[in-house]
Amino acid sequence: MRTLKFLLQKEFRQIFRNPSIIRIIFIMPLVQLIILPLAADYEIKDVRITIIDHDHSSYSRQLTDRITASGYFLLQNNADSYRQALVDIEDDKADLVLEIPASFEKTIIRENEASLYVALNAINGSRAGLGGGYLQSIVQEYNRELRLKWIHLPKFDTEPNIKVLATNWFNPSLNYKLFMVPGILVVLVTMVGSFLASLNIVKEKEIGTIEQINVTPIKKHEFILGKLIPFWVLGLVILSLGLIVGWLAYGIVPAGSFLTIYVFAAVYLLAVLGLGLLVSTYTSNQQQAMLISFFLMMIFILLGGLYTPIDSMPYWAQLITKLNPVTYFIEVMRMVVLKGSGLKDVSGHILTMLLFAFVLNGWAIINYRKRS
Amino acid sequence: MKQYASFVKKEFFHILRDKRTLFILLAMPVVQIIIFGFALSNEVKNARIVVFDQSGDQLTQRIAEAFNNSVYFDIEATVHSYQDIEKLFKKSNIKLAIVFPPNFQDDFGHFNTASVQLINDASDPNVATTLTNYATNIISDFQNNITNNRKLPYTIRIEQRMLYNPQLKAAYNFVPGVMAMVLMLVCTMMTAITIVKEKETGTMEILLVSPIQPFRIIIAKATPYLILSMVNIFSILLLSVFALEVPINGSLMLLLLESILFTLTCLAFGLLISSSTDSQQTAMFISLTGMFLPTLMLSGFMFPIENMPLPLRVISNLVPARWYYSIVKDVMIKGAGFSAIWKETAILAAMLLVLLGISIKKFKTRLA
Repeated sequence: MRTLKFLLQKEFRQIFRNPSIIRIIFIMPLVQLIILPLAADYEIKDVRITIIDHDHSSYSRQLTDRITASGYFLLQNNADSYRQALVDIEDDKADLVLEIPASFEKTIIRENEASLYVALNAINGSRAGLGGGYLQSIVQEYNRELRLKWIHLPKFDTEPNIKVLATNWFNPSLNYKLFMVPGILVVLVTMVGSFLASLNIVKEKEIGTIEQINVTPIKKHEFILGKLIPFWVLGLVILSLGLIVGWLAYGIVPAGSFLTIYVFAAVYLLAVLGLGLLVSTYTSNQQQAMLISFFLMMIFILLGGLYTPIDSMPYWAQLITKLNPVTYFIEVMRMVVLKGSGLKDVSGHILTMLLFAFVLNGWAIINYRKRS
Repeated sequence: MKQYASFVKKEFFHILRDKRTLFILLAMPVVQIIIFGFALSNEVKNARIVVFDQSGDQLTQRIAEAFNNSVYFDIEATVHSYQDIEKLFKKSNIKLAIVFPPNFQDDFGHFNTASVQLINDASDPNVATTLTNYATNIISDFQNNITNNRKLPYTIRIEQRMLYNPQLKAAYNFVPGVMAMVLMLVCTMMTAITIVKEKETGTMEILLVSPIQPFRIIIAKATPYLILSMVNIFSILLLSVFALEVPINGSLMLLLLESILFTLTCLAFGLLISSSTDSQQTAMFISLTGMFLPTLMLSGFMFPIENMPLPLRVISNLVPARWYYSIVKDVMIKGAGFSAIWKETAILAAMLLVLLGISIKKFKTRLA
């Protein structure tokens, strides 16, 4: 017990003497939590549109006004020909081209039906899809008004009609930041846990100080505990800082209890630190440890459901997400912060995480040798 | 020249002997392409939903059936109260609840109107919006089936054409992004770290007292990573053409030349980092926060730059990957020539010169 106390003292001193670690702990989460959610905005607005109006009629002008007044579109240019409009797309000045054919107004009145031509820059598929969707709904709305002007529909429903009412629970204003911030916080905590812990141990190997520890009577588990506890504490400190930043910068207050978050985080950090430890036992220098952690982190983050929903991944990828600790923490954070889930709701997640912690740490301890 | 060659050889030995590092450097782009190409998608499919049917008549059952038959929804359970819905939302991955009010069929038959309530778990706003759209479509299709599609007068039809990417493949967007990310990682981070490592372990001193010029040492250190990056570019391009079926529409030569330019910019950035730090950990974190995250976030490949607030849009101009990403997109997918990308090329070249200038000035031949 006394040995452990001295070891902890040594570790904490070492950490706090290194200014870069202090910067990593205090500045990185702050900057990232403030910048990333602003950047990670999938909401698509201000689609740039170039309009070619061959008709110059009152209808085509009304339609143009509807589009520019909708708030979704920015009118980039009024082109005279399709060829000219395409140049805007080639130069990446416009996302979308709308062509209103000549005698659009006449055709719709005489022939009951007229067409508009839309060309989209589809390199970014989701942007194109959504931009096209917005345009379609504006045109449909305009179409409906047009019909009302020409045919007087009876006031009562003559056709059977099913109305759809949609309600959004937990995030009624559909605020994307509320969804991203808890997830990004998880990534930050994970990075510190796995990176710093593995680098710390490998550094002792690389500069040779581990030999000095190995010849002392310090036991294997004491050494490992001495390494784990400081980073476990740091992880929780970063989590707290992140929650404070989330509250100050975005006004995000968890709907559930802090207890649930901290209980889960405490177990989660054990698992992640175990992973860091395991990486350090398999590597001999910092460069290797860093690359391997980086490689794993990249897979964990991309397959953790932070940016894209897990449900839409193929089956084999979903299996991998089950072995990914980050998935569980992101899920738990979102459940607690947005939906107010309690300890009972996440008990399954906690048990899984305990199992992770047990396996990873056990493996690391077995693999750690006092001899080089 | 001979000195330089033997230094490059020494660096190659360093890299080739460390099998683990080498493996990861070469496997990274492959794994990224596989994950981005086959695992990630924003498409929402097989969303788990519950039904709360207070009416329990034939019509509601048929609608529920229609939901279950669609690829977008899987009915997971039927519930009997709003409390149950909330409980399930809090505990599991249910995304949507469909609520039929009592007397649904009667209302529909007698008053010609009935309403369905959709309750979304809106934690993920995009998924919620998408699912509402899908559900609305299913219900209106169902209704059209009942009322036998009446043709409405005065219809405006829209004909859409998808340019460059008619099948809306996500790969067209991310292949250029992955290229930028991998090059940046290999060149900036790895060069910064190898140089700092020599400082940290004290071998830099030995190199500095050798007769070779200090700046040659640095160039020799960067050369193997330039070559490694070229290998990675080839593997990314091969995978994307043959596994993901993304074409190279423009000139391959131009693409490679631009890639070399970007690689050099990354190397210069790595040199700058290495000359301003003394420990590998610091070097790593500077490359991660200064280079990797901005590349991921601000190059326009994961998140649209147009959506960002003004300060971020301004900062994004300073991220080299942003320009490279736009070059690759233009050359590879739009098939543009040099005239379309000269501006981006000039910006990258200017960045390269500035970075090199600063790092040469900062490079110290003396320790302490």
